[in-house]
Amino acid sequence: MADFRLSEVDQKILDTVIAVGNSTERHTRYYEDHEDEIPPARLEGERGFEEVLPMFGERKPDDTPMMTFMMALSIARGSARGVTRGLGLGMPTGRAAGLGNAALQSAGTAEQKAKWGNLFLAMSITEPGVGSDTKAIQTTARLDGDEWVLNGDKIFVTDGVRCDGAIVWATIDKSAGRAGIKSFLVLKGAPGFELVRKEKKMGIRSSDTAAYAFRDCRIPRDSLLGGDETVPKGGGSASYRGVMKTFNMTRPAVASGGVSKARGALDFAIEALEKEGVSVDWSKSPGQRSAVEQRLVELEADTEAAALTVLHASWLSDMRQPNNLESSICKAKGGEVCRTVPQGAMEVLGGMSISHDHVVEKFLRDGRISDIYEGTGQIQRLIIAREILGYSSEELT
Amino acid sequence: MISFQLTDEQAMIRDSLKGFAAEVLAPTARAIDEAGEVPASVIKAGWDFGLLAASVPEAYGGGGAERSCMTNAVALEALGGGCASQGAAIMAPGQFVGALLDFGTEDQKAEHLPQFAGETPVACSLAIQESQFGFAAENQRTTAVRKGNGWILNGEKRLVPLGGQASQFLVLARDPESSGLGAVSAFIVPRDTEGLTVTDEAGTQGLKPLSKARLTLTDLALPGSARLGGEAGIDALRLVSQARVGAAALVLGLARQATDFAIPYARERVAFGEPIGKKQSIAFMLADMHIECETMRWMVWKAASLLEHNDPGAPKAAALAQDYVRRKAVKIADDALQIFGGHGFIRDLPLEMWLRNARTLTVLDGPVSV
Repeated sequence: MADFRLSEVDQKILDTVIAVGNSTERHTRYYEDHEDEIPPARLEGERGFEEVLPMFGERKPDDTPMMTFMMALSIARGSARGVTRGLGLGMPTGRAAGLGNAALQSAGTAEQKAKWGNLFLAMSITEPGVGSDTKAIQTTARLDGDEWVLNGDKIFVTDGVRCDGAIVWATIDKSAGRAGIKSFLVLKGAPGFELVRKEKKMGIRSSDTAAYAFRDCRIPRDSLLGGDETVPKGGGSASYRGVMKTFNMTRPAVASGGVSKARGALDFAIEALEKEGVSVDWSKSPGQRSAVEQRLVELEADTEAAALTVLHASWLSDMRQPNNLESSICKAKGGEVCRTVPQGAMEVLGGMSISHDHVVEKFLRDGRISDIYEGTGQIQRLIIAREILGYSSEELT
Repeated sequence: MISFQLTDEQAMIRDSLKGFAAEVLAPTARAIDEAGEVPASVIKAGWDFGLLAASVPEAYGGGGAERSCMTNAVALEALGGGCASQGAAIMAPGQFVGALLDFGTEDQKAEHLPQFAGETPVACSLAIQESQFGFAAENQRTTAVRKGNGWILNGEKRLVPLGGQASQFLVLARDPESSGLGAVSAFIVPRDTEGLTVTDEAGTQGLKPLSKARLTLTDLALPGSARLGGEAGIDALRLVSQARVGAAALVLGLARQATDFAIPYARERVAFGEPIGKKQSIAFMLADMHIECETMRWMVWKAASLLEHNDPGAPKAAALAQDYVRRKAVKIADDALQIFGGHGFIRDLPLEMWLRNARTLTVLDGPVSV
């Protein structure tokens, strides 16, 4: 039976996650202004997630399925006002939670997983001249004896400073296009591998973003993920598809991050305006609302709609059903509301919303990236349009 | 628990109604729109699916299935995907039955429900809308005043669905001494009641073939037993929310139909040497139309599901679904027309009809309910 109610224990978990996330609110501004300082494991007054974990034991088998609930949790957590660590998606699950770890699990051989599974791995794809069109990447890998030699520049590497290494995309045959692209595991300290800089960003400052340079960077031959050194004729390579599969698993999670910032900004606006005597009466007919009330209704409806697409995509994965199209739908909606809702929240709050006295402006800065990384909204629409029109990626570009 | 899983029965109803909508409703939609009347045979064919009879308790001769707002939402989307006007004509009596089941006294149920378990279609509907622009259910002008054990109603109801045929109406009216939806009651008014004048409406932009009437109530006297729910009355917010979500579910089907109609056209229509679907300006419109059809469905489902469980969050979910669908559905119908260019404007194709119907269903508190 379709149902949208949370059990008591699930609601308690979500409420507690927000309370824990809010417990560091008074430190939030400091770490925005001192973005190179990594906050200590426990800040003064901070409530920890150890409060939450035992509650999971109270969950029953007929509670909301796990992936779906994790997305609800991610939205709740990201809507909190305290200090975030990393990208703040979902619950802290230990160190081995980088995007590169997902790629290793998806495309690595059993040996590679055993060897590198405990490392914290970033994902390094984007280049100064190549973003969404990943098949155009310029970084090359050439086999020289028992080593691969990498040359090229990479940017926007999430967790690229604090990781142990990265999964790096490079082409072994430029003439082969997508089929020539392979993934390589490059550890920090490899000769010719340089961490060029840490980027300064509009938001998500607690997540480090690095630029890398590879100058005749030499890595062992078994660093090629999946171990397949051949270039198939026609069609994508297994490793490319492997990485695209990773994206499919992570799109709802990234979308949940976008929704969470919409939710956080909206909740702030609702609370603040209530103190000023403005609130939505849900029993009123649409034509009876003031302009501000109508705006709040629209912001709430947009946020709710995006949240439901995230929950739907993750619910499909819980049900072991294909969710490729739905993952793009939720990523498009999450990307939309991370922009429009914080902007709209500030619009109804007026001038004081820009002040560093308040956290609402941070939701706009932190949320904005969600319509860019893990596939822009335009890329998601391309994927969706190809799917519904029955066009290949060559037919609709 | 959060779940997007329909019951087996709901999936079966959806599939059979989708087939009916595609094979029976859609092919005749344009001709029926031009003729301005839903044939009795269509209403009978819709009735024969037994949706209403199933929800009537066994004690009154029905199937005894649980009354389900979710099932109604699924059925309305399926029918709306064939023809919103015919779908509305088929489902409008459900407003009367749903309200009886939710709020009726035992006596009212015993008196009125058995007719819906039979094989002959019964026409009846909910009278909400009034003449004034900016109409709001909580500020309605039709009044109900106690007189002795009974009631006196005065006022005017407009655009009342199935007005031409209905044997009885559920009329909303307000206690003039009080305000808000809490002051609103519903009255069962047989068509032949003295003081009730029923006249056909002049015509409407959308849902043209759905019969609509103006009800003029002049010192209309009703017995105490005519007030739905007796002394307890009704939860008018719940009733109105069900109508809003009903309209949203129906227009959601229409939006899906318009999107599915535009997709193959974009693949076929060639401009500047390639199908227009290969141009991002069109492809992205279609992507957005698909995204919003999916998204609207979850908004409608959530509202319908919470209404079904009479959850405290239901009125909010209904208001959100109404707001979301009224913004997105009209845009989808409008964009579908745009993709067809001038052809969309010609009445040979259904595009302009869909736009008129979409606008209608997103300004009128539902002629159907979940």
